[in-house]
Amino acid sequence: MRITQGTFSYLPDLTDAEIAAQIDYALGKGWSVSVEHTDDPHPRNVYWEMWGMPMFDLKDAAGAMMEIKACRRTFPSHYVKVNAFEATQGWESTRLSFIVQRPAAEPGFRVVRQEVAGRAVRYTVESYAVDRPEGSRY
Amino acid sequence: MNDMTIKTAAPAPRGRYDAGVMKYKEMGYWRPDYEPSETDLIALFRITPQEGVEPDEAAAAVAGESSTATWTVVWTDRLTASDNYRAKAYRVDPVPGTGPGTPVEQQYFAYIAYDLALFEEGSIANLTASIIGNVFGFKPLKALRLEDMRIPVAYLKTFQGPPTGIVVERERLDKFGRPLLGATVKPKLGLSGKNYGRVVYEGLKGGLDFLKDDENINSQPFMHWRERFLYCMEAVAKASAATGEIKGTYLNVTAATMEDMYERADFAKELGSVIVMIDLVIGYTAIQSMAKWARRNDMILHLHRAGHSTYTRQKNHGVSFRVIAKWMRMAGVDHIHAGTAVGKLEGDPLTVQGFYNVCREEKNEVDLRRGIFFEQPWANLRKVMPVASGGIHAGQMHQLIDLFGDDCVLQFGGGTIGHPQGIQAGATANRVALESMVKARNEGRDIVNEGPQILLDAAKSCTPLKQALDTWKDVSFNYASTDTPDFVPTPTAA
Repeated sequence: MRITQGTFSYLPDLTDAEIAAQIDYALGKGWSVSVEHTDDPHPRNVYWEMWGMPMFDLKDAAGAMMEIKACRRTFPSHYVKVNAFEATQGWESTRLSFIVQRPAAEPGFRVVRQEVAGRAVRYTVESYAVDRPEGSRY
Repeated sequence: MNDMTIKTAAPAPRGRYDAGVMKYKEMGYWRPDYEPSETDLIALFRITPQEGVEPDEAAAAVAGESSTATWTVVWTDRLTASDNYRAKAYRVDPVPGTGPGTPVEQQYFAYIAYDLALFEEGSIANLTASIIGNVFGFKPLKALRLEDMRIPVAYLKTFQGPPTGIVVERERLDKFGRPLLGATVKPKLGLSGKNYGRVVYEGLKGGLDFLKDDENINSQPFMHWRERFLYCMEAVAKASAATGEIKGTYLNVTAATMEDMYERADFAKELGSVIVMIDLVIGYTAIQSMAKWARRNDMILHLHRAGHSTYTRQKNHGVSFRVIAKWMRMAGVDHIHAGTAVGKLEGDPLTVQGFYNVCREEKNEVDLRRGIFFEQPWANLRKVMPVASGGIHAGQMHQLIDLFGDDCVLQFGGGTIGHPQGIQAGATANRVALESMVKARNEGRDIVNEGPQILLDAAKSCTPLKQALDTWKDVSFNYASTDTPDFVPTPTAA
């Protein structure tokens, strides 16, 4: 399977030049860019590990590309994503987020059904990969 | 002895409170010198007076009938601070493009100010009972339309507003930087619960963020509501596992009574749905009740505007949808259908953009081209996600993103389910079209002109998109809109 979180997951993987173009777009909007990675891509895992702090005073995409490449080198089998954050009042939230690295094999998730009263079912989505401890999942 | 002399002199000038009928403008409802205060509500009406009724008298009559007046003078006014409670018509302008020499009879824009004390805090029902109450059937007017309103910040602060809002909805769904994608299950009536859930699963797995019940799917003989909810949530869970994304389906909880709606909404929550849906026809009070329920239960609240065209579409009579959008942001919904401009349903592009701005901006500036007559700060009420739904398809993606930007839901019902290779393929076609267009726009490309080529290029690596473009390439709905702004462009200093 292919995890389709993020803004561009239905397109072919972005090249570094395409990633830089998106970062330039975000910087042009005044957003700050950050890099995060994880080996637990559960849809409700909102806290991926931060690869350093958001780059608040970044002027062009080159600096962010260096961080992306460093993160990929350190965690070659993790999911890595780029976020762009807008700090203006009324937003104060992520405005763009896309995956820039994914593991070669993505085992994905299973649905766990707990059958309860009536015909209702309590659903849980579980990752096949996270049975193993952090760091040895992919 | 009493003085029995019969006085034959000319009668004294008539006093304000002498019994009988008096012109509204003489009763204090026409105040051309009045300057609205920061805390006044202002309503802008489009008035078509009957023959022989002067425009200022017509405006005064609207002010009177939507506030304190009745048809005759009453002495009990004098027991109140009636000068404050009277609404004040303070400005009347002829509507451009109406009157002699045009095909439309003379209309006027009347500006009327209302004191804050006239309205109960946090109640759309009370607000509308005055502003669109008896006055719309008033005989001296041929027609009357509420075009726009300025709601004072002091009054806005008495409303909860959207239970979730655009920002928190996106954080909960973990979806940023692009419009959300949805589709309405079709056919809208007749599917069994099991077949209905199949459509939901296929659409979500193929790449949609949401599926949606249609406005008239409640609990009919062919599918009772519990069946629908149970099968739909199986579909949502399976699709979430298949994609690693949060998925949702708008479970319509519209029902005959509040008790029924609460029961359905509670069941949706118990099954783990992120979103429930209501129809505009349930009424303003029921909408506010569901907004509070949704805030208490961490639920996104989707509103389908079923019924609105009965009073929003014709330009001379009714209520503009921009006013309905304002009321719904106050009442508290997270999604509202606000038009597509390019699809099968009524909508002039600039007018529709005006509706979107009402839903999404922190503050609306005066924008006559888009039908926005007043500056409107929103006092930190959360933003409503506008929904574009009805007769749109992947081939229009560049137009939709250019018109509406990222913070909306694009719903392709027929444009997903009618795909020649099935629902998953239809969903994938739409998602690829969407992501490729957002990517191109962010790269600085001119998507309005290059859009068709961008889609063709994306279709090279996506067969479902190629098939969608081939199927619907020539479909468009080019009819003249009935609801367009009337204004005279103001020369700018530049």
